[in-house]
Amino acid sequence: MPKDGGIGDSTKRREDIRFLTGVGNYTDDINIAGQTYACFLRSDVAHGTINSIDTSAAEAMDGVVKIFTAADFAQAGGIPCGWQVTDRFGQPMQEPKHPILAEGKVRHVGDPIAVVVAETAEQARDAVEAIEVDIEELEPVLNMKDALADGATKVHDDLTSNLCYDWGFVEENREAVDQAIKSAHHVTTLELTNNRLVPNPMEPRVAVGQYSRANDEYTLYTTSQNPHVIRLLMGAFVLGIPEHKLRVVAPDVGGGFGSKIYHYAEEAFVTYAAKVVNRPVKWTSSRSEAFISDAHGRDHVTKIELAMDENHKFTAVRTDTYANMGAYLSTFAPSIPTWLHGTLMAGNYTTPLVYVNVKAVFTNTVPVDAYRGAGRPEATYQLERVIDKAAREIGMDPAELRRLNFIKPDQFPYQTPVAVMYDTGNYDATLDKALEMTDYANFESRAAESKARGKLRGYGLAHFIEACGIAPSNLVGQLGARAGLYESATVRVNATGSISVFTGSHSHGQGHETTFAQVVSEMIGIDVSLIDIVHGDTSKTPMGMGTYGSRSIAVGGSAMVRATEKIINKAKKIASHLLEASEADIELKDGQFSVAGTDKSVAWGDVTLAAYVPHNYPLESLEPGLEETAFYDPSNFTYPSGAYVCEVEVDPDTGKVDILGFTAADDFGNVINPMIVAGQVHGGVAQGIGQALLENTVYDENGQLLTGSFMDYAMPRASDVPSFSVDHSCQTPCTHNPLGVKGCGEAGAIGSPPAVVNAVIDALQRGGYNVDHIDMPVSPSRVWAAMQQG
Amino acid sequence: MELKDTREIAAPRAAVWQALLSADVLKECVPGCQEMTGSAEDGFEATVVQKVGPVKATFKGAVTLSDIVEGKSLTLSGEGKGGAAGFAKGGARVTLADNGAGTALHYEVDAKVGGKLAQLGSRIIDSFAKKMADQFFECFQAEVEGNAAPAEAPEADPAENAETTEAPAKKSLLKRMFGG
Repeated sequence: MPKDGGIGDSTKRREDIRFLTGVGNYTDDINIAGQTYACFLRSDVAHGTINSIDTSAAEAMDGVVKIFTAADFAQAGGIPCGWQVTDRFGQPMQEPKHPILAEGKVRHVGDPIAVVVAETAEQARDAVEAIEVDIEELEPVLNMKDALADGATKVHDDLTSNLCYDWGFVEENREAVDQAIKSAHHVTTLELTNNRLVPNPMEPRVAVGQYSRANDEYTLYTTSQNPHVIRLLMGAFVLGIPEHKLRVVAPDVGGGFGSKIYHYAEEAFVTYAAKVVNRPVKWTSSRSEAFISDAHGRDHVTKIELAMDENHKFTAVRTDTYANMGAYLSTFAPSIPTWLHGTLMAGNYTTPLVYVNVKAVFTNTVPVDAYRGAGRPEATYQLERVIDKAAREIGMDPAELRRLNFIKPDQFPYQTPVAVMYDTGNYDATLDKALEMTDYANFESRAAESKARGKLRGYGLAHFIEACGIAPSNLVGQLGARAGLYESATVRVNATGSISVFTGSHSHGQGHETTFAQVVSEMIGIDVSLIDIVHGDTSKTPMGMGTYGSRSIAVGGSAMVRATEKIINKAKKIASHLLEASEADIELKDGQFSVAGTDKSVAWGDVTLAAYVPHNYPLESLEPGLEETAFYDPSNFTYPSGAYVCEVEVDPDTGKVDILGFTAADDFGNVINPMIVAGQVHGGVAQGIGQALLENTVYDENGQLLTGSFMDYAMPRASDVPSFSVDHSCQTPCTHNPLGVKGCGEAGAIGSPPAVVNAVIDALQRGGYNVDHIDMPVSPSRVWAAMQQG
Repeated sequence: MELKDTREIAAPRAAVWQALLSADVLKECVPGCQEMTGSAEDGFEATVVQKVGPVKATFKGAVTLSDIVEGKSLTLSGEGKGGAAGFAKGGARVTLADNGAGTALHYEVDAKVGGKLAQLGSRIIDSFAKKMADQFFECFQAEVEGNAAPAEAPEADPAENAETTEAPAKKSLLKRMFGG
């Protein structure tokens, strides 16, 4: 049994008390005396030349403080991209400027053109209406394949084409893969689309800028997953503010799912404008604005080929993907379809040869970047869909075809042909678990029962492996990252023994304040209530890289463990002095330092007090105080994996899909708080079901976003998802981080879409319909239409 | 979005043609029209207040006439800007043909919307546009046939829309019957 509040305990989330009682402190709750309000005038056309902007009428309106256009930012840099991808010919990607406000051209509906700063939000909105903009419309670039045709209209006139990069991986294997496919016993081909998604965190983005003339210091309050990264990008590349004069605070943040990783123009705007108008400036996004200004996710079009030998062993995988970048490169956009996607194309399998080609394309749409899973859902979806199709083609049980090709437990560490080396895993174990939990053996009788009721029942299985806990800095540096991906933590022990942990990992729904405290509680043996987790403020925590890529416990937690180890080492030195014993003999257990083999002991609080009131203290050899900082740079990714099963019923008359059950058997290595891990899986699976059945982002032929509100963009509701069955008892601990943990935040969104679609196809096949693929979202109309064809 | 239809109007072709070129008739018949100035030669300036689903806005725009074949056909094209609500623009090719004593008026409309109108109103924009066209031509027909009834400002609230599509027509009828 885990110690109460320690590692392995399902401690209730302490942060929920303030969230559930309405006393959270979100960015929009921050109001500063003298504050003004910003409202953005955004392009309502997808592509056009700005002939003129006339702000004179708007300037004369009540309450208007100042109106900004691109001319006000002539000295500022563009919004930077944090990752440079090198194409398969060794050339850097094409990287257009991304101005804070549109310079001469607008490139997507929602592209900001001008900003009114006014006394009230209403006055700012009214004045925006009075700005006269003359835009000469240009042909919008929307379809990725058309965008790459010779002579296509260009999104960026100064680039040679709409191609950001043509990436090949592993380029040296290109011919070998072609050859393997040519000579294969069987090749299964599938063309599919990974639908564009709008992240829609519950809290829209907000930014408040403040400037102090007294000391030339700027403060930005923003809805960010990584305030330090924003400080670095905005300070160094956009506004030229040195870091010691710039504080970025991301207080309570109501969900991010990736969309709040990036540095956005609105953040730079309010920070800069606060100095110009010499008053705080606040911007709060509406939901409508979020749809056209938050980075979108996914949007890949792929052809995948899977080659097998006569024994059904996979011999090669070849993919050809078009990845939509949107109009500008968002912070991490280029890395998503490449290093977070191509490196996953071995999946859980021993496929020896893999070649992934990705063409990233500029279009007149909202920029696309990481969204929960980021590249890995796209990889998993392709692989797990094509394997299902292959199993059908060769008449083999899909579970058995997977099992036949699994990397086996004794093969770890396993070097894949796509650069990454899996440290641990046991895919047979999660598969067995999932089959057992879903009573696979008796599925046929359930299918018969459904059939008797006129329904088509289907069973869909998908496996996933993901590389998360990003990432080794030296490795990602070679791959084009313009940042390190370590994490930091400071553990400050107070005189009376309570602890403040300052972590660079930001929490915006993940429950760090609970789980991180559990770890420190376990290590020292003191009550969890004595430990506070502080995050989200660059003036408090050391350099932090933030929260994304399921990295918090694996990287941020490891930094905290290292800092806590330093604390314990120093505390033992103090204890050895107090106990007049050799340091080597000091043991720490349950908050007591004792001398091994004796009944002599001193309590945690006595040691911490001695550190700050060093009357009886080895001052000649040890500094007073008890505060330590550690930076942790992981030596590898972590590789969680799992087997997901979805069971559906399809109504043959309407095409409606009902999810009867969803089961996730995950291997996350060691688990700190099983309840929180289950919650992460629940949320991820709900998002995956949303992608598979409901969500889709649709632009019309003019580049207008048609699914721009919750009337047209279908978010999953409670009634759309079943009660999940989740398990994480299969544990192969990570070998290279101190807690043996693997990331769990994105898994649900990675593994679930192919399980859902596989189940729907299985249901249709069992019902006698010759349908082998339906693109997501698998809506009733698409299912019904496919049934009419099949 | 494309719309086309043919209307039978009980008036000679010349009268229909004249009405098409009249700012007064257009003002009377464009639903929600607050102002209409100008002429067929120089184009018209219009201010129209409309509500499309959740988006209500004042559209200001210019309408020009082109490809004029006297007495037979013309193209109306225009763009209305609705500020934060976005924009609507498009063209209508109108063709007149003798039809016994009356005139067959055929129109083909090609329109597009942008900004918030597209973002929030796309679901209802087609039915809204069809309703606008129906109301316009119903009024236009009444004007030309000498049985003028004032244009009703249509309500395009989606909930109302679904249930009371027939309402404006009925209202006009009542008004005509009771001289309102």
